[in-house]
This record gives sequence, C-alpha cells and structure tokens, in this order.
Amino acid sequence: MIEVVSASRCVTCDVCIAVCPTNVFDRGADGVPVIARQSDCQTCFMCEAHCPADALFVAPLTHPAPPDSPLRDEDHVTDTGLLGSYRKELGWGRGRKSGARTAVGPELGRARITPAPAQGE
Amino acid sequence: MTTTALDLTADVVIVGGGPAGTWAALTAAAAGADVLLLDKGYCGTSGPTASGGTGVWYVQPEPAAREKAMASREALGGHLQDRRWMARVLDQTYENMNRLEAEARYPFPVVDGVAHKRGLQGPEYMRRMRSWIKRAGVRILDHSPVTELLVDPAGTVAGVRGHRRQHNTDYRVRASAVVLATGGCAFLSKALGCDVATGDGALYAAEAGAAMSGMEFSNSYAIAPAFTSVTKTAYYGFATFFHGDGTPLAGAGSQGGRSVIAKELLRTGTVLCQIDHATPEQQALMRSGQPNFFLTFDRLGINPFTDKFPVTLLLEGTVRGTGGIQIVDDDCATSVPGLYAAGDAATRELICGGFTGGGSHNSAWAMSSGTWAGGGAARFAAALGSSAVKRRLTGAGGVAVRPTGGRAFDGDPWAEAQDVLRRQVHPYDKNYLRHGDRLRPALTELDELWQRLRAGASADPAGTPRLRQAAAMVAHARWMYTSALARTESRGMARRQEFPDLDPAQHRRLTVGGLDELWVRPESLLASRPELAVAS
Repeated sequence: MIEVVSASRCVTCDVCIAVCPTNVFDRGADGVPVIARQSDCQTCFMCEAHCPADALFVAPLTHPAPPDSPLRDEDHVTDTGLLGSYRKELGWGRGRKSGARTAVGPELGRARITPAPAQGE
Repeated sequence: MTTTALDLTADVVIVGGGPAGTWAALTAAAAGADVLLLDKGYCGTSGPTASGGTGVWYVQPEPAAREKAMASREALGGHLQDRRWMARVLDQTYENMNRLEAEARYPFPVVDGVAHKRGLQGPEYMRRMRSWIKRAGVRILDHSPVTELLVDPAGTVAGVRGHRRQHNTDYRVRASAVVLATGGCAFLSKALGCDVATGDGALYAAEAGAAMSGMEFSNSYAIAPAFTSVTKTAYYGFATFFHGDGTPLAGAGSQGGRSVIAKELLRTGTVLCQIDHATPEQQALMRSGQPNFFLTFDRLGINPFTDKFPVTLLLEGTVRGTGGIQIVDDDCATSVPGLYAAGDAATRELICGGFTGGGSHNSAWAMSSGTWAGGGAARFAAALGSSAVKRRLTGAGGVAVRPTGGRAFDGDPWAEAQDVLRRQVHPYDKNYLRHGDRLRPALTELDELWQRLRAGASADPAGTPRLRQAAAMVAHARWMYTSALARTESRGMARRQEFPDLDPAQHRRLTVGGLDELWVRPESLLASRPELAVAS
C-alpha cells in the first residue's frame, strides 16, 4: 500500500490524484496529496510509476505497514535507493531509455513440479 | 433518483479504459464516430494489464505455426473453443501488434534484428494507448463510474448514467451504442491491478437482458508472495515449494500442481517457495523481462532465488477465468441491441474454452474483441443516425438504484457484502476445490445477500457506485456457482471433486443469466428451449 508521500520532493502536480485507479489521494491544503483512503489502495504501484518527482513510495504489502516499519520511513526508502526504483526500471523520466526496449524474459518451458523428498532424507 | 448534473451525448460510449476499451475507442473513432470513454478509475493505469503487463498470443501468419498455436490448448480447454474465432483473433492480434509498433511507437525489444512482439510491458502499453486514443479524438472521463445503462422503449441500449467521484456530480450520456469493456471480476482480492475488476459490466448487461457464458470457468487463483499483490505466476515455473517446516511439498507447481498448494494452505496455512531452478542468466532475464515481479522481493529484502518465502493464492475469478457476457456475432454484439462486450467482460470461451486465458490469450482477445466491438458499435450508431437523440430514456438498473423495499442491512451494506464474498467466494475449499455440498450452501447465502442488496439503496449518490460494485460481485458469484453446479463433470478449470471425470455428454457451453431468479441452460439449446431453472 502507498505509505510515503515526500512533501519535500512533491511538485504538487496532482498526477497521482489523477492516475490512482482507486482514488486513494485527496489534495491537501498545501497542494501536497494526502493518503485519504489507504484501505482502497490495491498496491498496483501505478502512482509511483507516474510520479515525475519520485515523491511516492508504495510498500509491497496489501495491508498497512506497521507504525515502526522502515517501509514507512522516507529516509530509509531514500537511503536504500528504493524510492523511485520502479520508475527507474521502467525507464521513465528524462534521459532514460524505456525499459520496454529490453523486456525479454527467459524462455518458459514446462513448469517444474516439486518432487517428493528422496528416500532417507 | 438523483438529479443529473452533467448531460452529454456521444455516438459510441466505451465503458472501461483498459486494453479492450481503448482498442474499441480507437476503432470506433477511426470509423467516424464521436466517442466518449468512461473509466471508473483512470484510463492508462486501471486494471490488471496496466500494472501487470502481459504476454501476447502473437503468432506469425504461417499455416504450421498458426495450426500449432490453435491446437496447443484445445484439450486443456475441454474442446469448447471455436477454431474460426481463434483464427480471427490470431489475425487481428497480429495486425494490432504491428500497428502498436508503427503507429503508437511502442518500443518493442529487438532480438536478432527482429522486433519481439510476444509481450507488452503494462505501464508503457497503457500509457501509449491513452495517448493514441486522445490523438484520435476520443474524449475521456476518468474517475467516472457508470452506474447503469439507459434503454429506449424498445429495450435498445441508448446511453449510460454515472457519477463523477472527484467532482461529486452525476452524469448522463445519451448514446447510439455502448461497449462494455469493464474487465472480469476478481472480488477485491488485491491481485495485481484487479480491485477495479468487480464485474460491473456483467451486471449492467444482465439488467438490459443479456446472458453470461462460461461462468463455471471462474476459479482462477494466482501465486503471490504472502501479504502482497504481485500475482505473476509464470516465473514460479522455476520454483520449488515447501511445507512450513522446509520439507518439499511434493506435487506442488505453478502449473499442474497449484491445487496441491491450495490444499496445503487450507491444511496448515503455510507454503514456502524458492525460485531455485533458474540459472543466473535466466534470473537476469526475469528482471529485465518483468521488473514488477521483483518489487515485492526488493522492498521486503527477500532474495527469491536463495531464500524460502511464504506464498499465497489470490483469487482472479473471471479475470483469468474465461466466463463473461455472451456475445452473439462477429462484432461482439450482445443479445441486446446497441450493446457490445469486449475483453475480460466478455466470454473468452471462443478462444480459450474452459481453461484460463491468463496472459497471452486474454490480451489477444482484449485487443481483438475491442477492435471488433468498437467497429460494430460505430456501424450501429451510423445506421441509427440522428433519430438516436430523440429517444425516450429509462434507467435499466435495479439493485441498489431502484430498491424493492423490505429487509435490507443492519450495518454497512458494503462491509457486509465484502464479508460474505470473503467467506463464500475467496476460500479455496469453496470456489477452487469445488464440491456441490459446499457450493450449494454458499449459493444460498449469496442469494440471501442479493435479496438484501435488492431491498435498499444508498441515501447519498456518491455511495451508489460502491453499492453497485458490491451487487455486481454478488451477481457474478451467483452465476459462477449456478453454472458450476450445472456442470456435473470436470472440464477445463471447472473441476468438481465428486465428478472428477470428463463427461462426453456435457461437451457444450453453458449459458447462465437472471438476477432475482437465476437460470442456466446448454448453449446449443438456446434457440429452441425455454429456461431450465436450477437455482434460487
């Protein structure tokens, strides 16, 4: 779920308010978006991908992160390079090369079935 | 009823802005129609394709390759597919993917000098589709859920009514034709991008008189790391699965062994996974191929190749199942004049039969059926001409907009509906590992829930879309279980524990419909026989 809105990075462009498919944000009095309906967040990472300022961070959990979680800590997600990492991999942003250009996955053969443990194991 | 604040007209209205809706909009606009696309979220990010990405059933037009592609999943699908439709979809998909490169400048990877078109990165694909339809002159209203269809006195679909949630106003659109591209139904399971897929279009279509097909093929569940949303099952083909104590879970697999995972989750609540059979080269390709697969792992500090991490199965219902609105001709028209269906909102049995269309088939179907539905709707609108705007309009909606009265809810209807759906539809022992002894009581509770939803309505217009979504999910679940009970065999993904074998006598599709009273009947008998009641 969306956990971090960086007030210092936000450029109050309202893009996240527009693109969130489940309408999670409201515009705050200072223009910085407010997470108004976190329980509606479907953890799709779309707001983060579209944020031109890398001001948003979506924790990968489908429930709110605990209050002491580093995933709610702007400094932690900044220092670890997680903030803005999805947009970087998509190759979105000025001067970047579209990630779609290199999006070729491995050949997928027949899916592996977990074998029974060997005798004596 | 609420007052109408915004009154619009269009030749063609498209409901839903995922791949099917945008291809429909593009085609209708190219045919000269004035097109309005309505998305309850945001066209460009809504739905599983935008956030998930997808493989594409893109096959070179060489007879041997096409034959192999069509034959490959016929047995898995219970031989309910239609070769003519498969060939049409392969042709249309080939054309559309080439247009994506030439006209939308989609940046396909180049392998050995050739553009690699067997997949689409979701965010890039849907961002470009939005830009493309805007260039084509399509008007888009985002955050504008449709709440009901409007019909003329003859029952022909003539527009829609809805609500603009970021402006808190209602709207009405008078239209000559409507395309439903609202997606499937995943019951708010939090599967990636799927919470907007609540089966809304199927409810609207049924209220106007259309039927569903293949709704028993609705028990698709996808693998995701526990407590997360990233349901990308393909790479788990390289995985080993384990009991909670770390010993191997024999027989478990992402394909052909998923029910073993479901049974273990039911029994103990824990299944562990390690993607331990990918070479370093394959691991690197996974990251460039689908970077969103790694969002969860990177952010939780898990190395999926060396760590054992817990997994779960999230319901994808008819998003990856194949059931949906029945279509009656090559334009993807429904049985209701003026109403068309495309993408996951429509049945995908024609190309998938009863086996999941997840990934490549569904994406091919979305762009193909969208193209046909948009073209058909534009022709229907042109044939109606200017007489269309003179029609008297009536709302077709019932549940949660025109209450019948009687006992409704003590508490919050949205919360109560979600609670019943979580207990009667999500659980693996009800919807996945199906048995009549568990399906029947679940259907009874869903029928009771429907009656209570039918009794009331939202006092505040802003609450109407949410109640309609709840009703759409409940209707969806009732059609699913009604069809599942009528198929007393195991075919495709619709397996019954007490009927484990395929029954050659049941080699036909099932049509299901109704709202207060449900009915189900074999498709081949559709024209010649009246209803055969089985449920409610």
